[in-house]
Amino acid sequence: MRIANVSTLNKPLGASASPPSIWWRYASPQHFYALAGKMIPWFAAIAVVLTALGLYIGFFQAPTDAQQGDAYRIIYLHVPAAWLSMFIYVVMAFWAALGLILNTRLSSMMARALAPTGALFTFLALWTGALWGRPTWGTWWVWDARLTSEVILLFLYIGFMALQAAIDDPRRGDKAGAVLALVGVINVPVIYFSVQWWNTLHQGSSINFRSESTMATTMLVAMLITALGLWSYSIAVALARLRCIVLERERHTAWVANPELKP
Amino acid sequence: MIWHNWSDFFAMGGYGLYVWGSVIVMFAVILGELIELAWRGKALKADLLLAREVRAKKGQRSPP
Repeated sequence: MRIANVSTLNKPLGASASPPSIWWRYASPQHFYALAGKMIPWFAAIAVVLTALGLYIGFFQAPTDAQQGDAYRIIYLHVPAAWLSMFIYVVMAFWAALGLILNTRLSSMMARALAPTGALFTFLALWTGALWGRPTWGTWWVWDARLTSEVILLFLYIGFMALQAAIDDPRRGDKAGAVLALVGVINVPVIYFSVQWWNTLHQGSSINFRSESTMATTMLVAMLITALGLWSYSIAVALARLRCIVLERERHTAWVANPELKP
Repeated sequence: MIWHNWSDFFAMGGYGLYVWGSVIVMFAVILGELIELAWRGKALKADLLLAREVRAKKGQRSPP
């Protein structure tokens, strides 16, 4: 008769007997560090292939727009960047909240790893939007609901990173950042629905869940493929940054000091 | 292929400045992020290897 199963000894306090320990295993920075290292090349490869394919279709196959001419091709960068700016924020807030509630260090590190990439995509959404607004609206910028809420998103990302950088104790920084991220998550539906709730200069969404797309199929396909490619890029980059954060935070532990670990 | 030639492609129907201004900045930002990450990883690796070396030396010198 076995007295104790090894895995039950490793279980954190408060974990119920089942489900099995795979989730807890990869909640450990040490184990996820290795798993992330294996995942990165795959996501990077998918990112390169899909982004190249999407942009090829968008720039060489898709027809010129009847109203906007070729200026509309900015859509292939602008919409994926804008989607990711919002999506990454929600994912970041989710991991930050999980770190706050379950006290799992890795979740908080994941939130930190996502913030710079989210901020960059927010900047890119604003930048490409300005360059698209100029020829189509006649202005680089206007303080309407959609553009203003997107700029607030950029400030939320910057605030999240600045707050965490200002607090020396990493765990306290994680918690303060999580509160900020959670308060700021209210801004994401505001961005998304702003074009419906308010009368904005920004056009309505080209695709939504309720009706058929207003775009030509080739254009839509190019945009979706590019978005998937950049989504995969975000995962690869966030995982790479996560691995750096794990090593920086765990540098005084035995597993990082172990000469067999190749950083 | 929808373009007649390459200059047609680069002109983007007169909107070249806006379209390429978007494309170039997008890829510059992505490249910048990748370079920053590579530097961060490199510095971290050097730092960790140095710490190991120091530890190993200390281990040799100090008597058990």
